[in-house]
Amino acid sequence: MAAPKKSVAPAGQATSNGATPSSPPDFTRDQEMHALRDMLLIRRFEEKAGQLYGMGAIGGFCHLYIGQEAIVVGMQMALKDGDQVITGYRDHGHMLACGMDANGVMAELTGRKGGYSKGKGGSMHMFSREKNFYGGHGIVGAQVSLGTGLAFANRYRGNDLVSLAYFGDGASNQGQVYESFNMAELWKLPVIYIIENNRYAMGTSVTRSSAQTDFSKRGVSFNIPGEQVDGMDVRAVKAAGDRAVAWCRAGKGPFILEMQTYRYRGHSMSDPAKYRTREEVDKVRHDQDPIEQVRNRLLAAGVTEQDLKAIDAEVRDIVNASADFAQQDPEPDASELYTDVYR
Amino acid sequence: MAIQVLMPALSPTMEKGNLSKWLKKEGDTIKSGDVIAEIETDKATMEVEATDEGTLGKILIPEGTNDVAVNTPIATILADGEDASAAASAPAPAKQEKAAEAAPPAAEAKSAPAPKEEATAPAVSTAAIQPDPEIPEGTEMVTMTIREALRDAMAEEMRRDEDVFIMGEEVAEYQGAYKVTQNLLQEFGARRVIDTPITEHGFAGVGVGAAMSGLKPIVEFMTFNFAMQAIDQIINSAAKTLYMSGGQMTCQIVFRGPNGAAARVGAQHSQDYSAWYSQIPGLKVVAPYSAADYKGLLKSAIRDPNPVIFLENEMLYGHAGEVPKLDDYIVPIGKAKVARVGKDVTLISWSNGMTYALKAAEELAKEGIEAEVIDLRTLRPLDTDTIIESVKKTSRAVTVEEGWQQSGVGAEIAARIMEHAFDYLDAPVARVSGKDVPMPYAANLEKLALPSVADVVAAAKAVCYR
Repeated sequence: MAAPKKSVAPAGQATSNGATPSSPPDFTRDQEMHALRDMLLIRRFEEKAGQLYGMGAIGGFCHLYIGQEAIVVGMQMALKDGDQVITGYRDHGHMLACGMDANGVMAELTGRKGGYSKGKGGSMHMFSREKNFYGGHGIVGAQVSLGTGLAFANRYRGNDLVSLAYFGDGASNQGQVYESFNMAELWKLPVIYIIENNRYAMGTSVTRSSAQTDFSKRGVSFNIPGEQVDGMDVRAVKAAGDRAVAWCRAGKGPFILEMQTYRYRGHSMSDPAKYRTREEVDKVRHDQDPIEQVRNRLLAAGVTEQDLKAIDAEVRDIVNASADFAQQDPEPDASELYTDVYR
Repeated sequence: MAIQVLMPALSPTMEKGNLSKWLKKEGDTIKSGDVIAEIETDKATMEVEATDEGTLGKILIPEGTNDVAVNTPIATILADGEDASAAASAPAPAKQEKAAEAAPPAAEAKSAPAPKEEATAPAVSTAAIQPDPEIPEGTEMVTMTIREALRDAMAEEMRRDEDVFIMGEEVAEYQGAYKVTQNLLQEFGARRVIDTPITEHGFAGVGVGAAMSGLKPIVEFMTFNFAMQAIDQIINSAAKTLYMSGGQMTCQIVFRGPNGAAARVGAQHSQDYSAWYSQIPGLKVVAPYSAADYKGLLKSAIRDPNPVIFLENEMLYGHAGEVPKLDDYIVPIGKAKVARVGKDVTLISWSNGMTYALKAAEELAKEGIEAEVIDLRTLRPLDTDTIIESVKKTSRAVTVEEGWQQSGVGAEIAARIMEHAFDYLDAPVARVSGKDVPMPYAANLEKLALPSVADVVAAAKAVCYR
């Protein structure tokens, strides 16, 4: 997905270092099936979360990831065990892609005892040490410095692990992002900065908020290489992820990936949707949907509708079970109010 | 007309230094801008440049002399045709006096808040301090400055635990902006003693991220004034994450550096953040006064599995005190200390505020009022029990802080005394604090803006109805 004025060109072409091939390498059938399944899980999960929000079962803020699924799923396919992930507040997709349990995520959304944070964190604050997911942060841009710190720790320990710090086009204008870029390149920290450019920071389009809308160039003055990636094509994401991961693991320092994507739903559940047209949203859904792309390729390669329906069914079962769990699980005990303030 | 060259000050808080080397000898021709000598303090080394031209007449302070007071004449410069005998009685010309004014003259330093006087008489107030319950009887004590106590605490913990490292501005090659990290780079290397760019928000976040992944960073802020740039990461990321994660994500990190007023550094460099940080659940806040507590509490802070704000005081860095010579001297966080026993009124303070409180107690004793002085040492968790126990005995309390009064730590202490010992009080709790203004630069105004010994004495008398 390119910035508006370039939207006729296929996304993923423009690069800062010329490394992106014009067409990403094909996935194996297993990879396609895996990507489809994980993206579907995120989409169905988010649809259900939206539904539960409408019913009043989820409170506060709830930022849905629908439309952007290819990014976390593709990036996760480029990682190895132990690599860390950190992101902002639009984080449910990242958690599911990291392998966190749908029940625990949904129960956190409903503020229940069985949630990942015992109901004390909510939509924006979940973590899993086991799955190397470091949150879930509600202050725009803060996760960029924190993710740089995760990379610092990897370098300090002398391992070859990589950290992924996800943030949006909006967060890209925060000062600490550049403070982090500077230190990361200065100290050659193995961190991939993944800018999920969904074209709108809440309701402000990138052209109204950013002097440089090619976010892959945001590291130029720090000598950090960057690529623009078609974030709607999971194959392109994985291929770019592979290149960035290889760069970081080789000790060459940080890498920036601008993922050009689109958020179908509002910024949060209370989005007035006055800043863009229905037609714009529909066009992306129709032309570039990351899930439909995989589905169509699989059908063209001879996979049957029946096989795909089996994936749908499996995913729906997981999501429905998580919704049931999240509504039946008790709220945290009142005694939890005072726990976990100090260790 | 001979001109006197005076011992210069390297910093607003310097009162004396060592004349380490003369680079010119008597009879040498001196041009303006020539480096004539080197002086040093425990904090820094500086070259002395001549501001006048002529011949170096007489060296009044030989090289190798220690503890030369600022503004002491160290040499004379003779104008052409003068001989050395002209120097002896020569008054310093106006020009030279003006130069001396640019650095705080000794007389001014003397009249500024009490800690400065203490610098010339190390450990003066420790005489009044009660034996520390943490120190086993018969322990050998060594005298060291607070700056050294901090350095030793960090070095010991870094030797003990490979996961402990220090990062901040000028902590490595410069040896610390206030020389607190002296020789750490030499011992531990650049991997563990890390100079950061001037980027407080960013490196605080990097430190917190490293802590979330299990390392134990010590993040030095050159002063806590600059930590305001980083306060989002300190509070939103470091303090809240354990809770927000339902106990999963720990953040073992120490944020340390000088806090509060130094001397003549103006409003943006003189703020006391005691009350700010002590309001935040999830943080521990430590603000010691004595050298032994600086050492023992910093070691505790580094080992504590929670984020700890360690508030130091620049005015105290050069103060010497007795520190127990123990392999592993630890002072527990959250425990106040009765620094002086008394029965008539309780004075409650911490960090540099203790300077006023202890001196006031001495003054009060001369007038027959026996003040009990409590050094809180930790502001969160606040040791309410020690305060209440004392107030139940004395029935009167005065809080002493350099920070502002509104929503200050003194206000919190007063509220707790009211909640837990209302019936024991014979007078309302009095608060001595910094005045409700940004810190002025002018020496007289700065003095007025800070609490004073006289303020504390007056408040103590008031609550005693004397």
